[in-house]
Amino acid sequence: MRKVVIPIGPQHPALKEPESFSVTLSGERIMAFSARLGYNHRGIEKACEERTYIQDVYLVERICGICSHAHSTAFVQAVEEIAGLSVPERALYIRTIIAELERIHSHLLWLGVAGHEIGFDTLLMYTWRDREVVMDILAELTGNRVNYGINTIGGVRRNIDASEISDILKAMDILEERTKYYIQLAKEETTLIKRLSCVGILSHEDALSLGAVGPTARASGIPRDTRKDDPYAAYDKLEFKVITDDHCDVYGRTLVRLGELMESYKMIRQALKEMPTGPISVKAPRKIPAGEAFSRYEAPRGEDVHYVKADGTDRPERVKVRAPTLANLQTVAKMLEDRQLADLPIVIAAIDPCFSCTDRLISLREPKKPDKTLAWEDLRAYSIEWYRARGIDFTKVNRKISRRN
Amino acid sequence: MFTPFLHILVFPGFLFLVFAGLIAEYIDRKLYARLQNRVGPPFFQPLADFIKLTSKEDIVPEEANPRMFKAMPIFALTATVTAIFYIPLWSPKALYSFNGDLIVVMYLLTIPTLTYFLGGWYSTSLYSKIGAVRSLTQLFAYEVPLLMCILAPALLANTWSLSEMASFYENHSGYWLFNIIGFAVAIVALLGKLEKVPFDIPEAETEIVAGTFTEYSGRLFGIFRLSLDIEAIVGSSLIASVYLPFGFHLKPLAGFLLYMGKVLSIIAIMSLSRSIFARLRIDQMINFCWKYLSPLAFLQILICLIAKWGLYR
Repeated sequence: MRKVVIPIGPQHPALKEPESFSVTLSGERIMAFSARLGYNHRGIEKACEERTYIQDVYLVERICGICSHAHSTAFVQAVEEIAGLSVPERALYIRTIIAELERIHSHLLWLGVAGHEIGFDTLLMYTWRDREVVMDILAELTGNRVNYGINTIGGVRRNIDASEISDILKAMDILEERTKYYIQLAKEETTLIKRLSCVGILSHEDALSLGAVGPTARASGIPRDTRKDDPYAAYDKLEFKVITDDHCDVYGRTLVRLGELMESYKMIRQALKEMPTGPISVKAPRKIPAGEAFSRYEAPRGEDVHYVKADGTDRPERVKVRAPTLANLQTVAKMLEDRQLADLPIVIAAIDPCFSCTDRLISLREPKKPDKTLAWEDLRAYSIEWYRARGIDFTKVNRKISRRN
Repeated sequence: MFTPFLHILVFPGFLFLVFAGLIAEYIDRKLYARLQNRVGPPFFQPLADFIKLTSKEDIVPEEANPRMFKAMPIFALTATVTAIFYIPLWSPKALYSFNGDLIVVMYLLTIPTLTYFLGGWYSTSLYSKIGAVRSLTQLFAYEVPLLMCILAPALLANTWSLSEMASFYENHSGYWLFNIIGFAVAIVALLGKLEKVPFDIPEAETEIVAGTFTEYSGRLFGIFRLSLDIEAIVGSSLIASVYLPFGFHLKPLAGFLLYMGKVLSIIAIMSLSRSIFARLRIDQMINFCWKYLSPLAFLQILICLIAKWGLYR
């Protein structure tokens, strides 16, 4: 078979979000790989600048549907730093507990997705069933399954009471037992090991030079974890190990995530035991004094970074978000060098990508050339022309819609 | 004059096979779902799917060769239905038989795979083409062990006719125990033939959408799916008649129930393997078939030859 270029995306059953990869194949072997993002740009950074700080907390929470707590915590940490607020101890512990519960649900979700990508749907069904346990706990604690809305500037919005603590502990016991089963499965199931080991190899040096973060880096033997390196919330008071692995492949990434699950159960138990009593928030001013701050957070997928610049009003002057996927995406092309097509879905899935969270737009204006910025009306006219040039005319449809209205 | 038509169109031909195929699909899906801790579909779901597909529009891609594209599903269906007439189901005598029908059945069961290749190739979509090449590559891996391990019992029975094989094993009860290894090999090869996990490489959803069937829709896709269901029944019947040749002398109804029991337990074994394995890569699949499956099939032939030598001496 001669060389063919096959498109994976923007719409493809392996991908849960719109992004486009084009893969040059010679037979089953991947000769070249290129990724193109930008199908899901939502202009969140700009939208943040037009809303007040407290509105922004809820907006940044919606950057990601999985690690929503990561983004909102990173944002409020930055704002609290600028405003010079000291957050009560109990609030920090609650943030930590929610963060670890979120990590559990994210890693269990990943395990299921990985199973699906290698055609092992039973694993998907099992892990997602168990994930409901932690989702129920999150709903009980915060009222929501995904966008928890528990953070506020200066603390958290809901307390954890004694009955909730006993529910969490019960859930942790169930999940720990289940996770032990998955670890046993990962170590013994032959087809699983065959499909995962020696696939998507990222050497220690490559991981360092490409700046991998999170489980992707840790599976290449780099003990890089913001919770340890630059502790935030209550992580400096908790005891936990940074799980690393020397397999440097997808199998290693699976083991790291499973190991992190076990650590998370331990951390939640410890946090619940040592959580001090007291208030859960302090009053935050509506207008944040001028200043800037940079906040780091270890999301389930890796280090999440927020930058906030305040100018003394009730709205931020600039918000910059770097989701962990952006740091990890560069490693995918390296991992796919000279691999088989069958490995492509699992290698992409192994960095646990979240492309919609990653999409940012930067446009460079050159002073000599005319400005290419389009206003809304110009953009609409441009799109109508673009489609008309390709033989698609919306005039009739528009007329029909306007008649109906 | 009229009876052959009845046989071909109604029982044990087309109509019976359609229903048996749909029941097999239901059992496979339900069992798969229960093993995965899901509820699973209601019993009429496969039929409902089929009716829904037949009521949909057939879309033939502009680039595709319409004649080949439309003919391939029919070819697949015809070949699988024809194969059943030479397989003894619940009496030691098949509907039609002659010395050498074993090879004809194997040949007829290869045709569906070839139609998957041709249908995928002529639909000219990239995903279909890759799926088509994969299904052909896979064919070369499982076909050899399958043929070898079906030949072994034939060597022992000293005939190339499936009906005569059935009556031989019926008369020499217990001889089928010699062929246990072949039974296992044949089930694994059948998994490859039916493109089920761990050998569903030609239609790996997460890599190449639906492989060969990516461009198929409506009635044509419905016929392809039906032919896969029927192939499952025919393949299991073949394995049941060759490796589980007992109870052929029972009364018609009891014999029929025993036959359905044999076929459905083979289907159940396949859905079990579908739920406990991950999909292999094509290179791993070929390695597995040539390194382990073929030597096992060889071993089966050796066992049969030694047994024959020992028994006839």
